[in-house]
Amino acid sequence: MSDTPLVRVEGLVKRFASGDSEVTVLHGIDLDLYRGELVALQGPSGSGKSTLLSIVGTLMRPSEGAHMMMDVDLAKADDQELTRFRNQNIGFVFQFHHLLPDLTAEENVMMPAAASAGRETSAMRARAASLLEAVGLSDRRRYRPSAMSGGQRQRVAVARALINEPALVLADEPTGNLDRESADHVMELLSRINSETGTCFLISTHDENIARRCSRGVKLLDGRVVKGEG
Amino acid sequence: MRYAAKIAFRHFLSSPAQTALLISGVALGVTVFIFMSALIGGLAQLLTLRTVGSIPHVTLEMRERSPGLINPVAGAQLAVQKDLSRRQQIAVWQPFISQMETASGVTAVSPQIRGSAFLIRGQAIAPVGVFGVMPDKLSAIADISSAMVAGTATLPSDGILIGWRLADDLGLRVGQAIQIRSDRQRERSFRISGIFSLGIASADRQAIYMNFTTARALFDLPSGISRIELKVSPVDQAPRLAEMLGRATGLKVTPWTEDNAQLFEALDAQARTGSIIKGFALLTIMIGIASAMLLSVMRRRSEIGIMRAAGVRRLFIVQIFVLEGTLIGAIGSIVGALLAWAALAPFPPIAQVKGGGLPIDVGQGGFLIAMVLTTLAAAIASILPAQRAARVDPVEAIGQ
Repeated sequence: MSDTPLVRVEGLVKRFASGDSEVTVLHGIDLDLYRGELVALQGPSGSGKSTLLSIVGTLMRPSEGAHMMMDVDLAKADDQELTRFRNQNIGFVFQFHHLLPDLTAEENVMMPAAASAGRETSAMRARAASLLEAVGLSDRRRYRPSAMSGGQRQRVAVARALINEPALVLADEPTGNLDRESADHVMELLSRINSETGTCFLISTHDENIARRCSRGVKLLDGRVVKGEG
Repeated sequence: MRYAAKIAFRHFLSSPAQTALLISGVALGVTVFIFMSALIGGLAQLLTLRTVGSIPHVTLEMRERSPGLINPVAGAQLAVQKDLSRRQQIAVWQPFISQMETASGVTAVSPQIRGSAFLIRGQAIAPVGVFGVMPDKLSAIADISSAMVAGTATLPSDGILIGWRLADDLGLRVGQAIQIRSDRQRERSFRISGIFSLGIASADRQAIYMNFTTARALFDLPSGISRIELKVSPVDQAPRLAEMLGRATGLKVTPWTEDNAQLFEALDAQARTGSIIKGFALLTIMIGIASAMLLSVMRRRSEIGIMRAAGVRRLFIVQIFVLEGTLIGAIGSIVGALLAWAALAPFPPIAQVKGGGLPIDVGQGGFLIAMVLTTLAAAIASILPAQRAARVDPVEAIGQ
C-alpha cells in the first residue's frame, strides 16, 4: 500500500437547504483512502454515508473542505472537468443495478468508455468480454437486463464500473437488493478484483458480514467519523 | 455522435407501440401539409388556367392621343376636349405581326377589328361586341373550336358565330339570317354559322365572331386594325414580354395580369391561408414530439442519472434525445409523404378536372420541403427535452 493517499478528504462539510434554514449532513469529515484498500463505510440510515459517497464520487460538491484525488483538487474543478475525471478514474456500483434496459450486457459494460469516445471499439469489446468473463457472465454477453437475474445484473454493473480501469470504485449498498447467495457472490467478486488489480473500493453497507470482509472499516454517526478515519 | 445515434435508435425501438403512435401523428401532420400544398397549388393553377384560357395574355393597342394644350391667357378659363372624331387604330400593323410571331415566348398572334354593333332579328335588338378575326386565327386567343355547342367553327364572309346566351335570349338557331348594324351606321345581313359556349357570361351573351375582312367593311377600317392580341407561354412571362414589346413598338401594351389584379389578390389570400394551415400542422408535430420526448426523459431519468454518474458528458445526453426526436420526425415524414402520395395519386391532372372535382396538383405537394421542414421541426422540438435531460442530477435520479 502506498503512503500517498489516493483520496484525501479534509474538513468536509455538507449542508442542504431546508426551507429557510440549512441542515448540516456532514460535519468536518477527514478521510484518506489508499490504493488496494477495501474499505467498508458503515453507519445507521441518515448518518451521511450516501452523501459522503456522492461527494467522494464527484456527483456532489462539498459546502466546505478539501477533496483531493490523485493530486487533483476536485473541490475547485468545474463540471466538465469533474465529469471527465469521474469517467476516467471512478466507478460506481449502486444498490439497484441501473443498467440501460435497451442495451445488452456487453453494451452496458462498454457504455462509460463508448460514450466518452463517441463510439464502440474492438478494444472496448475485448475488455468488456474479459470483464464479463471475470464476473462469470461470458454466456450472458448478448442478454438484455430483463433476461437476467438480480445477481447477474449486479455483476454486470460491477463489470461496467471497471471498464475504464478506475483507481476507485464506490459501491453504495451493492448487495442490499440481493439474496444471501448472490450477495456473497458479488462480495467475493469485489474482493477478488481488489486483490488482483489493486483498485480501491469504498463500500457503503449495513451488513456486518460484508464489513468483516473489508480490510478497513469507517463508521459514520450523525455526519461525523467515529471510527477508522484513516 | 455515432454512439449517441446508436443509443437513440435503441430508444426508438424500445417501445414499438408508443413509437408507432408517435410516427402516425407525425405522418398525419405531414400528409395534411402535403395535401394542403397540392390543393392550394392546384386551385391556383386551375383558376389561372380558367382565367387565362379564354383571354389574351398581352394586348397591343394605339396609345390614346392627348389633347393639345392651349397657351394660358390671363383671366381666361381654358377647356380642353378630347378629339373623338378620329378612330383609334393601328394603321401600320403588318411589320409588328411578323416581328411578334418570331418573339420568344409568343405562341399565337391575332390581329383584330373590334367594334360595337346591334344585332337585329325582326323586332328584337341586342347590343353586341364584334370580334373581326382571321379565319385561321379564330381559336388563337379563346378556344372557340372546342367551345362550339351548335354549327361549325368557320368564318365565311357572310357567317358569324354567336354565344349561347345571346342565341337563347333572341331565340336564334344555326342557319338563321340576322342583321348587324355597326356603330359606323353600316348594316349588312349574316347567317349564323355556329353557337359557342365559353363559360364566361359576358362573352356568351355579347360576343360575336366574324370574318376579319367583313369586319373591315362593317367598321369602316380599310387598312388599319383595332388591336393585336397575343398568347404567351408561360403565362407569368406576360408582364416582362409586354414591357419589352411596349418599348419596341411604341404601342400601348397591356399584360393580362394588369386587368386581373383581383385574381392575384385572391390567390395570394388563398396561399396565405394555406401557409397558416401548414404552419399549424408543423406546430402540432412539434408539440407532439416535444411532449413525447419530455415523457421519454421523465421515464429514463434513472438511465440518464447512471450515464451522468459514469462520466457521460451533458452534450452526449443532448445528442441522444435530439437524435431520437429527429429520427421520429424523419421516419414520420417519410411515412407521411408515402401516405400523401397514395392519397393524391388517384386525382386527375388539373386540365382534366371537371366541375365539383378537387383540383389537386401532386407536383405542387412540396413533398421534399414537407419532409425537410418536419425533420427540422422535430429536431428543434427535441432540444428543450434534451436540455432538460442533460440537467438531470445523477444523485436525485439514481435515488440512492
